Amino acid sequence: MNRGAGRNQLALLALFVLAGVVLAACLAPHLPLADPDAVDTSNRLRPPFTPGHLLGTDEFGRDLLSRLVWGARVSLLAGAATAAAAMLVGVVLGVLSGYYSGWPETVIMRLTDILMAFPYILLAIAIVAGLGPGLRNAMIAIAIVGFPIYTRLVRGIVLSVRGGEFVEAARALGSTDRLILVRHIVPQLLSPVIVAFSLDVGAKILATAGLSFLGLGTQPPTADWGSMLATGRQFVILSPHVVLLPGLAIFVIVLALNLVGDALRDFLDPRTYQ
Amino acid sequence: MRSYLARRLLLLVPVLVGVSVVVFLVLHLSPGDPAEIMLGSQATQEDLARLRRELGLTEPLYVQYLHWVTHVARGDLGRSLWMKRPVLDEVLNRYKATLVLTASGLLLSTLGGIVLGVTSAVRPHSLLDRASAVTSLFGASMPVFWLGIVLMVIFSLWLGWLPASGMWAPYGGGDLRDLLAHLILPAVTLAAASLTIIARLTRSTMLDILSQDYIRTARAKGLVEGRVVFRHGLKNALIPIVTVVGVQAGYLLGGAVLTETVFAWPGVGLLMVQGILARDFPLVQGCVLVIALTFVLINLAVDLLYAYLDPRIQYE
Repeated sequence: MNRGAGRNQLALLALFVLAGVVLAACLAPHLPLADPDAVDTSNRLRPPFTPGHLLGTDEFGRDLLSRLVWGARVSLLAGAATAAAAMLVGVVLGVLSGYYSGWPETVIMRLTDILMAFPYILLAIAIVAGLGPGLRNAMIAIAIVGFPIYTRLVRGIVLSVRGGEFVEAARALGSTDRLILVRHIVPQLLSPVIVAFSLDVGAKILATAGLSFLGLGTQPPTADWGSMLATGRQFVILSPHVVLLPGLAIFVIVLALNLVGDALRDFLDPRTYQ
Repeated sequence: MRSYLARRLLLLVPVLVGVSVVVFLVLHLSPGDPAEIMLGSQATQEDLARLRRELGLTEPLYVQYLHWVTHVARGDLGRSLWMKRPVLDEVLNRYKATLVLTASGLLLSTLGGIVLGVTSAVRPHSLLDRASAVTSLFGASMPVFWLGIVLMVIFSLWLGWLPASGMWAPYGGGDLRDLLAHLILPAVTLAAASLTIIARLTRSTMLDILSQDYIRTARAKGLVEGRVVFRHGLKNALIPIVTVVGVQAGYLLGGAVLTETVFAWPGVGLLMVQGILARDFPLVQGCVLVIALTFVLINLAVDLLYAYLDPRIQYE
């Protein structure tokens, strides 16, 4: 009981952190922050707590706090949008391949098999190599490599419920396939898909940051946490904070998302709660 | 076992064809002319025409694919535009470094994960168990490239204990000691996340198994605890562990690209990133293909290991 309460408190704390970061990211244009792209070469690589620059400055003298907050907009949006796109495509294909046997199932499942025959980030890197570096292309790549997980998850659930008595009853009453799907099968998917999505946003933020770190995602001067880490890397000896802070930001937000996702799973599916 | 092996090898064919199609198509995704993308806007018409001819870009797509795949089957991955050398030579040169790094990462994460998981399961809710729960939460949330940089700052720059980058010392190195010194930080960086995942899975599987009746029987007949845990417990927990180790091998091969970039480890991943930035498509294609094939073979090995660990699988 105590452990459960402790976990709930931790998840609540994570939710507050998450809400705070999302709020700051949304309100970035209205916050009293320095221009994230304003170069000030006389103030390069200032340490944290320098007057006027709470978290210091980067190699071009740009305010790190401001870049982190503006970077949060890019990183959070990229993570949520790629996870949402992967979920949407994955769920539609999963429902189709689970409900209709025959060629749709074969085509979809072979496609997911082939995509899953690649190490996740490697395929994303390869797709970006083909499309060309840039945030939009990085997001497309991550969504493409991310959807098979949802397809497998959803197909499994659809397969297990499509032979259920309630589906047969609906069919006997003359429901069309579309009605059965929308009214009886899709509702069964909601809670597992929501849980998978909430845990996936963090993974997608990590993947986008990874591509940006390799120089394949966000391009300068736009700030996102991964690219800030990449450019700061050359100055790590002189000023470790330019690397440590963006990394810490990614770590904290992904940790918070994972904690919230875990709590959501416990809430929506009490059987997994240990 | 032999018929299972034959069936499993036969199943490799569609996967290999699929992988080769994806690798081929991926670099034809760009909306523009690949020759223009590779050579940049400064290229002359003659250069563009020559490269198009060299890459066979004037042919229909399926002809290009068949041409490419027959060359690949003969071990010809084309020529690197940037290094002006055969891609296969370049990739194989770097392959050993990637294998050393990935295998060390896998060994570290598997052994570390199993030891940590078993210890946590034997003493649930102990201090070690809680510490391992916190570490696993952290491990799953930490960007691998950031962990690498943090370890490098602490152990190379501040403490000066380990070299910060590369695989060998530029002067006077070349022995096993030198390699190990260079390997520790990248291998730990790469293994960290997988180690925590394997540890958590081992813990939950072992907890499940240690509460079974046959474990109670083993204890009741007076077996020493170590024998109960390892011979009766761990041996039966191995199948789910092997599954997750197989999945983690893919994660490690992908993660190696990031780790190699952080530590300037001279592997295929670093070569691939350099190839992308140099717009050297044949080189990138070669790197992706080799890593993907390695992953396919690891999956095959994992499947065969299942059949060995659980003979029932062969008959399914």
